[in-house]
Amino acid sequence: MRQLCLDTVYELAKKDPRIFFIGSDLGVGTLQKFKQEMPERFFMEGVNEANIIGMAAGLALEGKIVYVNTIATFLSRRCFEQIVLDLCLHNVNVRLIANGGGLVYAPLGPTHLAIDDIGILRTIPRMTIVAPADEAEMARLVPQTVDYPGPIYIRLGKGNEPILTTDDVPFQIGKAIPMRSGTDALIVTTGVTLKAALDAAASLSKQGLEASVLHVHTVKPLDAQAILDHAADVSVIVTIEEHTLMGGLGSAVAELVAEANFNPAKRFKRIGIPDVFPEQYGSQESLMERYDITADKLVAVVASLVEQRREPLQAMAT
Amino acid sequence: MVAETLKTNSSGLDSRSREIRKTVVKILEASRRGHVGSTFSLIEILRVLYDDVLRYEPKNPKWSERDRCILSKGHGCLALYAILAEKGFFPEAELWKFCQSDGILGGHPEYGKVPGIEASTGSLGHGLSIGIGFALNARYEKANYRTFVILGDGESNEGSVWEAAMCAGKHKLSNLTVMVDYNKHQSYGTTYEVQDLEPLADKWRAFGFAATEVDGHSVEELRSVLLNLPLQSNKPTAIICHTVKGKGIPFAENNLKWHHKNKVSDQEIESMLAALEEN
Repeated sequence: MRQLCLDTVYELAKKDPRIFFIGSDLGVGTLQKFKQEMPERFFMEGVNEANIIGMAAGLALEGKIVYVNTIATFLSRRCFEQIVLDLCLHNVNVRLIANGGGLVYAPLGPTHLAIDDIGILRTIPRMTIVAPADEAEMARLVPQTVDYPGPIYIRLGKGNEPILTTDDVPFQIGKAIPMRSGTDALIVTTGVTLKAALDAAASLSKQGLEASVLHVHTVKPLDAQAILDHAADVSVIVTIEEHTLMGGLGSAVAELVAEANFNPAKRFKRIGIPDVFPEQYGSQESLMERYDITADKLVAVVASLVEQRREPLQAMAT
Repeated sequence: MVAETLKTNSSGLDSRSREIRKTVVKILEASRRGHVGSTFSLIEILRVLYDDVLRYEPKNPKWSERDRCILSKGHGCLALYAILAEKGFFPEAELWKFCQSDGILGGHPEYGKVPGIEASTGSLGHGLSIGIGFALNARYEKANYRTFVILGDGESNEGSVWEAAMCAGKHKLSNLTVMVDYNKHQSYGTTYEVQDLEPLADKWRAFGFAATEVDGHSVEELRSVLLNLPLQSNKPTAIICHTVKGKGIPFAENNLKWHHKNKVSDQEIESMLAALEEN
């Protein structure tokens, strides 16, 4: 996903002299062709992320479109104030390409996990946050970032995710994509947990429960209308994300649903990382298992909530 | 110490320097608040920049060839507002609405609201990195504009200042000039007590700058160095401006109570105006 993203930036830069690239201290050979062919627009600045964000803001204030790439958490955590003030307050066209969103860097421990990035950045006015589910979607996203107004945070998955998205529905930043329809439950997901959501919906279908799956690739601005439209038809809503339960997609959906004055019997549950620093290493997959961010858990939660929802209705009927 | 020597040798204020300070006092009279000491140490730096050095068009503040000036120590904005209004960037009437809900001039300068303000500052340690972006853009576009960034001494405690300094040195940005308003006082105490910056000029040199030191209240010294930039053809310039916090108001000079002042009284306004007459 990262390689495709950077390669696309390179292709776009060849055609658009406004496009600049700034990396921190990325792997040797990163964007070598960009560096060779457009050295005046390629910068590798070292481990000074706060300075890089300000520098990108300065270039963008001069009309440039600046793509910045480093590890996700060194953007969202370390550069929070630079993102708020230099990028969002000035409303500049800087695109943050964030390596390893979520649990990708599991073997490297809690210093490298970006499990709070969406929650941190969602508080900032003018911020756009996009988490593509696969490379095909990344390929559709990156060209749209060139002329999209204001700062954008692009949350990258680990790579080699199965291709689940299609261009049946035109990709548009800020527009959620319905991936499956059903009237028993709504599953809302962002980024790579789309696979768990679709797998869970398939399993539920075998049990006789039909779930809608809404892929919210853009967590901010949130496609509130799509979420509310889908939520209106079901009695159960479950969110799943590779992110802490506080402040991410689940929180955003909860805020919407709570204020939508739905029938209080509607059931709602978030699946994500609890309020802990992950204490294990292992792999992205093992930590996802550890925190139940899986299709199996999703199936169990949805089925259980549908059952709970039926009970009072049945009680009322008798 | 060089700094102490220069402090006591600061030249007296001429009529123009006194007039700008009086405008600041009138803003204080309207708002009753502001970073007084931090503003008065900065007057001659800004005066010389805007009178003699910077290229700009007040009625066309986005003119592409203008020199870019960032007041990174945004809390000194009263001095900048007084000068920008005088030059015609915005109506003088805005000055009397400083920090008010219907005004454009806040306690820190804001990009997009105030013509002539190149970047929103106030949180310290941001301006130099943004200035590097401006300077790199000029190099890329082969444009002749220059970038000036004014830092505070307290601000120079921020690590991000030194990240940016390293970066500017690496890129040999000879179109970039840093001016440090070195009044030797921050909020809690002197810079020597709170976080000593010495040897400050040598620090900038070590980060790849050509550095020099001037009396930051001497119009002649400031002109002399600013009209002969860059100091070296292949390096960014750092000018350490030795200044006096609260310069021109004897009871505010080097007085930490005047770093930021609330509820400025009528008596204090009168005393400040009187001091500026006598100076």
